[in-house]
Amino acid sequence: MSKPVHSGTRTLISPVRLNQPAGRRIYRAVLALTLAVATLVFIGPLYWMATGGFKSSRELIQTPPTLVPEHPSTHAFTEAWNRLDMGQLLLNTVVYAGGALLLQLTFCVAAAYSLSKLRPIFGNVILGMMLASMMIPAAALVIPQYLTVLDLPLIHVNLMNTPWVIWLPTVANAFNVFLLKRFFDSIPNELLDAAAIDGAGPLRTLRSVILPLSRPILGVVSIFGLVAVWKDFLWPLITVPEHETLNVGVNTAATSMPQNTLIAGLFLASIPTIALFLVFQRNIMAGLTAGSLKG
Amino acid sequence: MTTTLTRGRPGTDPARTPDRSRGGALRRALARNLRAHAFLIGALLCFALFTWYPMVREIVMSFQKVRYGETHWVGLDNFRQIFADPEFWPAWRHTLEYTGIALVFGFVAPFVTAIVINEFRHAQSYLRILVYLPVMLPPVAGILLFKYFMDPGYGLFNQILEFLHLPTSSWLASQDTAMFSLVIVSTWANMGSATLVYLAALQSIPGELYEAAELDGAGLLRRIWHVTVPQTRLILSLMLMLQVVATMQMFTESFVLTGGGPQGSTTTVVYMLYNYAFNFDKFNTAAALGVVLLLVLGAFSALYLWLDRRGGEE
Repeated sequence: MSKPVHSGTRTLISPVRLNQPAGRRIYRAVLALTLAVATLVFIGPLYWMATGGFKSSRELIQTPPTLVPEHPSTHAFTEAWNRLDMGQLLLNTVVYAGGALLLQLTFCVAAAYSLSKLRPIFGNVILGMMLASMMIPAAALVIPQYLTVLDLPLIHVNLMNTPWVIWLPTVANAFNVFLLKRFFDSIPNELLDAAAIDGAGPLRTLRSVILPLSRPILGVVSIFGLVAVWKDFLWPLITVPEHETLNVGVNTAATSMPQNTLIAGLFLASIPTIALFLVFQRNIMAGLTAGSLKG
Repeated sequence: MTTTLTRGRPGTDPARTPDRSRGGALRRALARNLRAHAFLIGALLCFALFTWYPMVREIVMSFQKVRYGETHWVGLDNFRQIFADPEFWPAWRHTLEYTGIALVFGFVAPFVTAIVINEFRHAQSYLRILVYLPVMLPPVAGILLFKYFMDPGYGLFNQILEFLHLPTSSWLASQDTAMFSLVIVSTWANMGSATLVYLAALQSIPGELYEAAELDGAGLLRRIWHVTVPQTRLILSLMLMLQVVATMQMFTESFVLTGGGPQGSTTTVVYMLYNYAFNFDKFNTAAALGVVLLLVLGAFSALYLWLDRRGGEE
């Protein structure tokens, strides 16, 4: 008699049914099938991409395709690295994403703290206006945003091709402010009062009371902030043509490269975020569910 | 510590506050507000600069035209021009087509996947990681990868279809299947996030409901329809709205994969907007199109909110 397969809370299928011999057989079969299909569908393409770079262009398009490269060569990877100027693209993207993250954390946290705990007049109006901006389709505003960064109002500075053009707009993220504010709201005011009695000003309270308690939500905001910049396409395409992101750079070079070189390039471009995900997957999963509404 | 006290929080020092007049209270309130706004200022400036001001500017721009470097008011000219553009209605049709197909696949696939994964007591975290992996790829990498799979000649998809003795497809190369192919790519790349959100929602459904349904003789499908769906209704309808709004703005897939072709069959509204501005240098016409998109999606969101509120009152 093997262990019962079902434990914990009941779901769609009853544990009794599942623990009968027939139920157990069906469960195993469905599980095995799902695992096989899901692995094929989601890992398959990535495997094809990873091994494709080791193949020659001819092997890449031959029928039937080879599962393991016949004469594995790393030539395409070095070629892709050099021709795409991958080091530079990576550096650009890291600078954009890192700076965006830093600014977002600074300004969104400060704003959420102010709205949640310092409660300025018109605070609710400001929060409302921020949240209303979530209803605006981002792509519809691209034109006036582009003209704005060409010539900033009042100070007349052109931000084109500078990191600021990527960094600053990411601060205007209502979802971040909302998530952070909701989290700060749940921190009891007594803690802040205690800090105030000890003579801590608002900045110090933020730093030594609020922030240490907010690690989980800061993690969520950070990961999403990084990934959003990493994945963006239209905005960097039009605003930083001279210092392309990984995404835009790979696309620009795509038409002029041998196929195996391009596939190798795609793989190289995918490594950083995939690695980030595999390392932080627990936090990312938790963050996704924390960020979503309860059903 | 003492310096922070007197400099940072002048109003709250208990030794100084009692029996102050109304002027003191006002000053304290002012100081408190000034401090609070100082914390807000960075985010506020960014919102003003990149959301609120562009919003107003887009509307103003849509009624103007630039001739020889000078700006003129032209009334509804820009709107007349975009409505008269022979690409205007096709672009909307393509956009709606994409949104429609994406709903059939992209909305159903994550929900079904989440229901299946939720039933397993093994390998759950492995499956969760699997479906989320593509979400972490740079979109261009995923999109170009599928370009290889979808090549009508040597592509993997046709090779598989041939092997199974099924009819092959011309995928991106034909007007009839191009949009459908784009949906396949974006569903593969994006379904992970929705799946995880649904999984979280499924896990909060009380098991007794299924038990009761089963005692009433409800089979598997009826249990899904009468318990799972109503219990996740809120999150389902929210995700539905988010997906419609997101897919109506599709651009990257078309731009990278098909360049709007073949024969313009994947030219979407945002693609058209991009062309106006960055290929034809007609920023004001592009702004007018942006206003139309804003109105359409705004109307849709308002409809959703209205239906949602009515649903909540029942």
